[in-house]
Amino acid sequence: MRPGMQRSAVSPPQPERQSPARGWVVLAAMVAVAAVLLIAFPEQRDPSIAAFWEFLLEMVWVMPAVLVIMGLFAVWVPKEAVNRYMGRGSGARGMLIALVFGTLPTGPLYAAFPLTKGLLEKGASPANVFVFLAAWACIKIPQELIELQFLGWRFTLARFVSTVIVIVAMSFVFQRLLGAKEGAPDGDV
Amino acid sequence: MNLTVVSINAIALVCLAFSFLKDRAKTAQALRAALKSGIGLAPTLLTILVLIGLVLGFVPLETIARILGEGSGAAGVLTAALLGSILHIPSLVSFPLGGSLMKAGASATVVAVFITTLTMVGFVTFPMEIRVLGKRFTLLRNGLSLVAAVIIGLLVGVIA
Repeated sequence: MRPGMQRSAVSPPQPERQSPARGWVVLAAMVAVAAVLLIAFPEQRDPSIAAFWEFLLEMVWVMPAVLVIMGLFAVWVPKEAVNRYMGRGSGARGMLIALVFGTLPTGPLYAAFPLTKGLLEKGASPANVFVFLAAWACIKIPQELIELQFLGWRFTLARFVSTVIVIVAMSFVFQRLLGAKEGAPDGDV
Repeated sequence: MNLTVVSINAIALVCLAFSFLKDRAKTAQALRAALKSGIGLAPTLLTILVLIGLVLGFVPLETIARILGEGSGAAGVLTAALLGSILHIPSLVSFPLGGSLMKAGASATVVAVFITTLTMVGFVTFPMEIRVLGKRFTLLRNGLSLVAAVIIGLLVGVIA
């Protein structure tokens, strides 16, 4: 599904989608480098392999669950819904909506750019859009679960709270500096 | 198995059951999407895991702690911010990477700055963002996100 894009006249940006094969080639190269290093430095072999296994196991325990949660989010919170609700409501309410809706969808940040353009055209304030993009980038709910696993409750909670406070504050600076443009995207080609 | 693992899997199961009861077709679609992104993510994930293994196996912990640890000060934060802005890896992968650095002695501040810039600031996606949202928007958003990341990192260092 690529909702949100149909409203923009510009052709949707094709993120330089790496072909699936490319990822495997990079992996093969990495494994080759690792093999050479581990053969050349036998005393480093055990700690390296131990660290690899440890992180692999931690990943295996949570990754399937997180992927399932992301998949469910993707079908139950379609991007059209975000487009429908965002940009309504102003002030604190609008910002809260932006924050919450930023944490719900899944997908890389660049997938949010076309959606953002649509929101700005619809009249969402630049501050709200800034919060939306920032929340999308670094405090998405499914991602926070992976963070819990690898960095613990304390760190995750601390980063979540700090992020919310700082991006809300920074969004006003953003809006101010963006200034006269009123958030109208000037990127039309 | 720890509490986090149990909770995450329990949440997934409950959501899955709920979704299945409401709409089977959508649930199947969700599972297919999950499988697809899992397969898509696998090579990058494994590459980073091999890299983590090598870094933890080869680089002495004192070295990592010296460059990115509590005592590294502004230089550590700047290194993390720069690396995080330039590297372009899926955000899900940034957490094990951050976790390995933390384990190796990097400070909470540095790890938070690294994760935040990794996800919020993107040099690689600059051209795309400019094309869709304009130059002014892109430069301001990325610049302020960089500043925000450093402040977030400092706050995390105080709280965590």
